[in-house]
Amino acid sequence: MTSAVMDAHHSEAHHEPAKGIKRWLYATNHKDIGTMYLVLSLVMFLTGGVMALIIRSELFQPGLQFIAPNVFNQMTTMHALVMVFGAVMPAFVGLANWMIPLMIGAPDMALPRMNNWSFWILPFAFLMLVSTFFMPGGAPASGWTMYPPLVLQTGDAFPFLIFSVHLLGISSIMGAINIIVTIVNMRAPDMSLLKMPMFVWTWLITAYLLLAVMPVLAGAVTMLLTDQFFGTSFFLAAGGGDPVMYQHIFWFFGHPEVYILILPAFGVVSEIIPTFARKPLFGHDSMVYAASSIAFLSFIVWAHHMFTVGMPLTGQLFFMFSTMLIAVPTGVKIFNWVATMWRGAMTFETPMLFSLAILFLFTIGGFSGLMLAIVPADIQYHDSYFVVAHFHYVLVPGSVFAIMAAVYYWLPKWTGHMYNEKLGKVHFWLSTVFINVTFFPMHFLGLAGMPRRIPDYSTQFTDFNAIASVGAVGYGLSQLLFVYVVVQCVRGKGEKASSEVWDNPKGLEWTVPSPAPYHTFEVPPKISSSSTFS
Amino acid sequence: MTKGEQPTMDPSDSKKPEPIDRTLAGRLVLLAIAMFGFGFLLVPIYDVFCEITGLGGKTNDVAFTVEESVEQDRTVQLGFVTTVNGYAPWEFSAEVEEMAIHPGGIYEATFIATNLTDEFKTAQAVPSVAPSQAAKYFKKLECFCFTTQEFMPGETKEMPVRFIVESDLPDYIDTITLSYTFFDTARQTDTVAAAGLNTH
Repeated sequence: MTSAVMDAHHSEAHHEPAKGIKRWLYATNHKDIGTMYLVLSLVMFLTGGVMALIIRSELFQPGLQFIAPNVFNQMTTMHALVMVFGAVMPAFVGLANWMIPLMIGAPDMALPRMNNWSFWILPFAFLMLVSTFFMPGGAPASGWTMYPPLVLQTGDAFPFLIFSVHLLGISSIMGAINIIVTIVNMRAPDMSLLKMPMFVWTWLITAYLLLAVMPVLAGAVTMLLTDQFFGTSFFLAAGGGDPVMYQHIFWFFGHPEVYILILPAFGVVSEIIPTFARKPLFGHDSMVYAASSIAFLSFIVWAHHMFTVGMPLTGQLFFMFSTMLIAVPTGVKIFNWVATMWRGAMTFETPMLFSLAILFLFTIGGFSGLMLAIVPADIQYHDSYFVVAHFHYVLVPGSVFAIMAAVYYWLPKWTGHMYNEKLGKVHFWLSTVFINVTFFPMHFLGLAGMPRRIPDYSTQFTDFNAIASVGAVGYGLSQLLFVYVVVQCVRGKGEKASSEVWDNPKGLEWTVPSPAPYHTFEVPPKISSSSTFS
Repeated sequence: MTKGEQPTMDPSDSKKPEPIDRTLAGRLVLLAIAMFGFGFLLVPIYDVFCEITGLGGKTNDVAFTVEESVEQDRTVQLGFVTTVNGYAPWEFSAEVEEMAIHPGGIYEATFIATNLTDEFKTAQAVPSVAPSQAAKYFKKLECFCFTTQEFMPGETKEMPVRFIVESDLPDYIDTITLSYTFFDTARQTDTVAAAGLNTH
């Protein structure tokens, strides 16, 4: 993808998009590809949501009501895989595709054809993954972590699971390469690295994390595949292997993965809060260093997921303290956001409301993470509903809320129309109330000893489970309102948006008209001090 | 650029963009491939790490030769645990459940396994020592676990292990447990596949 492609783009610059399906199948435009990523993400979010509701219906009461235990296990496994790889990751890649070129003043992504490929792999990978529900033996039911030897008992779905993980990995790696090359090579001439907006920064760091760990996951699942079909013994004790080794390799991927899911969310919040506080982001450079520190630390904390599998005392202490250390750069970020709002002229439009909710609710998830990092406490909390509460607090009101905040924030730029602010706020309040009704009781369930990944439970857990299930149904239904608001905005029902959309926001994306033209920044923009905050 | 202003077509700016640096993309691809390799490299790293530290209770898997002086005045209790993996049709037990040993002395224990089927079978025993701090001082001079064992239909075998617990075993360890798990190697993948299908 070199000057030839760039030239081709240049000469076609004022062509209209192709008509019909070809526009999407052959898409190389970053805005089209970004849109496709976001639509796929929404579809997968609703798919994974239906699975979550099936789980919560079964758990509404003790005893077995609707589904067999094995189907329940398939639901928890597929819910996680679909939400992590299908909803959150593609949504952030979609936002990166749409916004990074607009934010750094680039005409498109650096490698547009690879961009097309990395998107179009995804629908087929998920088709393959979801098709396992109809195979003999059903879908994977071993948990999304795919621990051997249990995962090797998966029926016919096993190789399909492995290959779909391979495809998702290839797609993520290509997306990451594209983002890094774009950011490094295609910034507007005056945009130095430390002048880049925070969303671009967090994505640059995330892309390096993806490149470092997705291949390790691919390696781990390849070992599972050869153990099952080709007679190797990486994880089979009979042949001299060790199933615990899988957990080490998996979490070497898995822990950086959770920062892959949250760092772009930090970037989104860092864009939105300054706009609605009408102040520059406090401590831009310290935000960059904090995000980099989080990324570095994410590589040396993995074994805190496995305290109970056995580890010498020195290992436990090392992983406990290194995990707690992550609270420091995360605290820097939270502090900077609060300081940004300090004495700001704040208004509370929907994106700001979601960002504020992230500040409160993500921090709750962070604190329960600190509790889980304490080895003696973790031995009590491990594999309980406390863990479920913890990671849903960081993933739903963290990553998912950030994605929704970003959609509300940039939707007028994408469509040229304002969304319905009143309905947006209703959606925010319904989501925030119901997410707490769903997940807060799970803390109590976990502390009282309810294990995760079970379809039935002891009767003393009934009340909190019933409350959580009601919250889940409420949260699920509220998201239909989100779909309605977005669809109405895309159909042009709202008032026309100005190119700035908000009250004097900073950043290059607000210098192009709304909706953003099909081709933008064919000529690199000049950056004046007023268009960026730093 | 001031707010709301469109990027303008200044003729002096309209030169072609710089060509994309393709070496960066190439390097990033290499990084991804290297990290895929690193995933596999973690396997030997893990084994070496466990071997050096004795973590996971792993013991030597080839015969060990040693001359040690016996510490007659120190006694360590050695217990034996036997497990058959995955309800396979075997009987597997130790001849004695426990023995008292002196560090530095050479001892022999006998394990008995019976193939309960009327088929020819191969099996592999995998040892583990607890506490793991004792693992690197527990040296096997001869063990049925070094190789796979073959069993005729219904055959019962007595299998010896000769070992030494080195005299530099830390003082605070006064009990050691040697555990063997017995794996049916020939049917490993078959049993797993069958178990997977039976659950549905």
